[in-house]
Amino acid sequence: MDHILSVLVLFPAIAGLLGFVVSKESIRAYGISVATIEFLLSLWLWFSFDASYPGMQFVEVLPLIPSFGISYYLGVDGISLFIIILSTFITLIGLIALSVKKDIKNMIISLLFLEMTMVGVFVSLDAILFYVFWELSLVPMLYIIGAWGGELRIYAAIKFFLYTFAGSLIMLVGMLVMAYLYHQATGIWSFSITEWHRLILPMNYQIWLFIAFFIGLAIKVPMFPFHTWLPYAHGQAPTIGSVILAAVLLKMGTYGLVRLPLPMFPDASVHMIYPVAILSLIMIIYTAMVAYAQKDMKQVIAYSSVSHMGVIVLGIFAMNPEGITGSVFFMLSHGVVSGALFMLVGVIYDRRHTKLISEFGGLAQVMPRYATVMGIMAMASVGLPLTMSFVGEFLSLAGFYQVSHTMTILAGTSIILGAVYMLTLYKRVFFGEVVHEKNRKLNDLDGKESMALWTLVLVTIWLGVYPKPVLEPINTSVEALVSFMHKKAMTSEAKSVIRPTVIKREAE
Amino acid sequence: MLEPISVSMESLNLGTLAPMLIAIAGALGILIIDLIKKDIDKTLYVMLSVLILFVDLGAVLGQKLGDRGFFDVMLVDGLAVLSQIIILFASMLFTPLALTSRRFHEYSYPEFFALFLFMVAGFQFMVATDNLILIFVGLETASLALYTLIALHNRERSFEAAIKYFTMGALAAGFFVMGSMIFYALTGSVELYKIAEVLSVASAANMTVALVGISFMIAALGFKLSMVPFHTWTPDVYEGASAALAGYMSVVPKIAGFVVAMRIFELFIHSDIVWVRDILYAAVVVTMTLANVIALVQHDVKRMLAFSSISHAGFVMAAIMIGTTEANSSLFLYWILFLFTNLGAFAMLWVSRHKASVWGDGRFDHPYEKFSGMIHIMPVGAVVMALFMLSLAGVPPFSLFWGKLSIMAAAIHSDYIVLALIMALNSAIAAYYYLKLIVYMFLKSPSESEGTVYMKNASKPLQTIIGLSVFLTVFAVLAVDPMMEFITAYVQASGF
Repeated sequence: MDHILSVLVLFPAIAGLLGFVVSKESIRAYGISVATIEFLLSLWLWFSFDASYPGMQFVEVLPLIPSFGISYYLGVDGISLFIIILSTFITLIGLIALSVKKDIKNMIISLLFLEMTMVGVFVSLDAILFYVFWELSLVPMLYIIGAWGGELRIYAAIKFFLYTFAGSLIMLVGMLVMAYLYHQATGIWSFSITEWHRLILPMNYQIWLFIAFFIGLAIKVPMFPFHTWLPYAHGQAPTIGSVILAAVLLKMGTYGLVRLPLPMFPDASVHMIYPVAILSLIMIIYTAMVAYAQKDMKQVIAYSSVSHMGVIVLGIFAMNPEGITGSVFFMLSHGVVSGALFMLVGVIYDRRHTKLISEFGGLAQVMPRYATVMGIMAMASVGLPLTMSFVGEFLSLAGFYQVSHTMTILAGTSIILGAVYMLTLYKRVFFGEVVHEKNRKLNDLDGKESMALWTLVLVTIWLGVYPKPVLEPINTSVEALVSFMHKKAMTSEAKSVIRPTVIKREAE
Repeated sequence: MLEPISVSMESLNLGTLAPMLIAIAGALGILIIDLIKKDIDKTLYVMLSVLILFVDLGAVLGQKLGDRGFFDVMLVDGLAVLSQIIILFASMLFTPLALTSRRFHEYSYPEFFALFLFMVAGFQFMVATDNLILIFVGLETASLALYTLIALHNRERSFEAAIKYFTMGALAAGFFVMGSMIFYALTGSVELYKIAEVLSVASAANMTVALVGISFMIAALGFKLSMVPFHTWTPDVYEGASAALAGYMSVVPKIAGFVVAMRIFELFIHSDIVWVRDILYAAVVVTMTLANVIALVQHDVKRMLAFSSISHAGFVMAAIMIGTTEANSSLFLYWILFLFTNLGAFAMLWVSRHKASVWGDGRFDHPYEKFSGMIHIMPVGAVVMALFMLSLAGVPPFSLFWGKLSIMAAAIHSDYIVLALIMALNSAIAAYYYLKLIVYMFLKSPSESEGTVYMKNASKPLQTIIGLSVFLTVFAVLAVDPMMEFITAYVQASGF
């Protein structure tokens, strides 16, 4: 299939439109079938993907507004491939486990549109197209948080929308300036990201543009101090909303960092390593501490997910293959693990309609299967070896170790702090005596929940034990990216920091 | 002794007057039909008006670019033709909004349609000349007709609106005349191109006087374009007028005003007078920001849209301030895209218009509460309205995003990066109040039990128009390139 990327983008959107016709009773089955087809299509993409080729594959170009240089330009490489699969996978799992009863038709249609925008962001290679999907993704999410959320849902939904919208408008200005500079250099209007990569800019331009792009992306990640929208969004969103938000939407930010500012402004990126790293460190340690202090299970997980995003950013700014590959892999594992954790909180919320830790205790006796899955996922979140997170976290930190030893060691405390809050959470919820009467008669996981959750467990362990099939294509593209950045960098400082292949893998 | 004047018909070049004459003749025709036979249904007049406008459009398209006529006061340049096309298209789209299913008495008078056509002719005069007197005549013809149209809606609030608009308009007219007078005193001419010639060699002392003239012009056009601080009439007038007319007012008089502003200010922006540029810069920033901030606290959707249209006008004035061909073309692109979105948004309000307002204390026709929970009652209507709001907020890929994009790009290409950032931040502020309506429609529980409330006033033609605006709003991206090419050709042809 030549147009597989277009199909991947358009299929959920068309299915969403047709979904208006489907009756309320069968919409759930419809949603799941559409998501399954989409997931299979993304697997087909992986199957036909050439893992040894580092550049863009399945490229599609169609001029959209030639006078502005905007085109419909899609492509996929090792970096985006697995995030696309993650998006379709999490959407499918989320739909399977979906427990919403109210207005289910609207929910499923919004989810399908959301899926289109998610895939769209990751396959776009034209800055404006990227921006279009990036902004569009806010709309269904606004609706999902605002219509199915908790008490403060409207506040949370608007905060989510406005924060990201404001940030990305600054990024838009950056994009327009970039296009202008590209025009000045080449005489051609173009918003093509791959073309922009080839443009070498003077340092002061690089820094300003880096800041413009970074603000837009950092709000989405969310970097400290722009992270305040996230706990609200998570706290109020329905389970499915949190799952998709944590698993995929946040990855748009980190993916954007790898795709846009890093290769476009290598010198500025190196110049900004320390400010960014310090922000990431604050994010890692501070939010981990905040997570420990939370009374609400979902907030613990929300803050832990912010903390882990910090590690991802740190790994990206290591600027070497280990760090970036690790970060991209960590994005995937964070997607799977935090998605699963939010789903697990959702399970207990559906039964008790509360997420307060103090309301629980001794659940391991009542819900053994639930406790097992939660245990595995809590361990994965901490970064236990043989789980997916370990691979990502280890590689990210190993990458950044080459940049700064002290900072990496500080960031490494995230593993310890993570263990502290996760194990405390686990202890308080699952161990001890059952204190609350209501908790005695809780049902254990039902069929659809088990199916969704055990799939996630399987993926976590499979890729924890044998990450090679995923890691290799990522690494191929990342190595090409880093050596490209190395070549493009002008200052010797940047050249010395961006080291394409310092450590030869021993297996070879 | 005065020489006897001999004028040949050829030198008059009456063809340049043809479009306006068609509109005027059509208006008179409508009045004559009424004389011959009373009580003809409004559908006839609506369709007749559309047809007249269509013929008018044909005449406009048939004109030769660069022509002058009628004692050289008429000027057919690219700007004139382009803006007339927009004016006529918009008028053709807004006229059928009279075909409501409910009876509104203003439409039962043929005078309504006659006045409407006179107004269109006035706007056409305004844009198709560079003679200050004729601009003034066009402006007044159009405005007087518009005041009456507003009052015809025949509610207390409409009279208030019409009077308010009239007094403010009179003041603006006064300013315009004073400005013209000063230019005439300075240069001995009321033709803009001659004024430019004289001023380009004028001494510094004269410049001070010229600046007074410019101040008057800024004030006069500021009233017409509802720039802050001359904007105070706008929300009240929009609220008093029917939604259909308010939508029309947010689009057509503005484009005519922009063309006049472009003709007048461009003279000074391209000369060395920094002052004009600075004051326009300030006006643009203040208009965008202040209107946005005030819009945040509105309780009525129509008032909110009024402030939003002020803010959009400020956004677009930036293009005039920048003054490059690219910026001026972007202005037209923006306004065409704005036309379709606003047409849809106001038409949606119009179809939900009730004779007796029942929401809250009855102060407003379209308070936010009215739309509460619309998604549960009338999902299609809610989605459509949300589309228009998202488009107005500048969410891609809907139509106005491309307009914003092109104006911001034009700003950046002329090194106004700070201005572009201000525009971006303003779009973010604006998103909040557009979202507010979406929040009410999608996230709150319904206040009405049945959806007919939102469609009380709907009829097939109105639904068709809304459908058309939805289509154009969603698929605008495909039209941007050809439109831009078309616009740039016209704008370049007139040397702006």
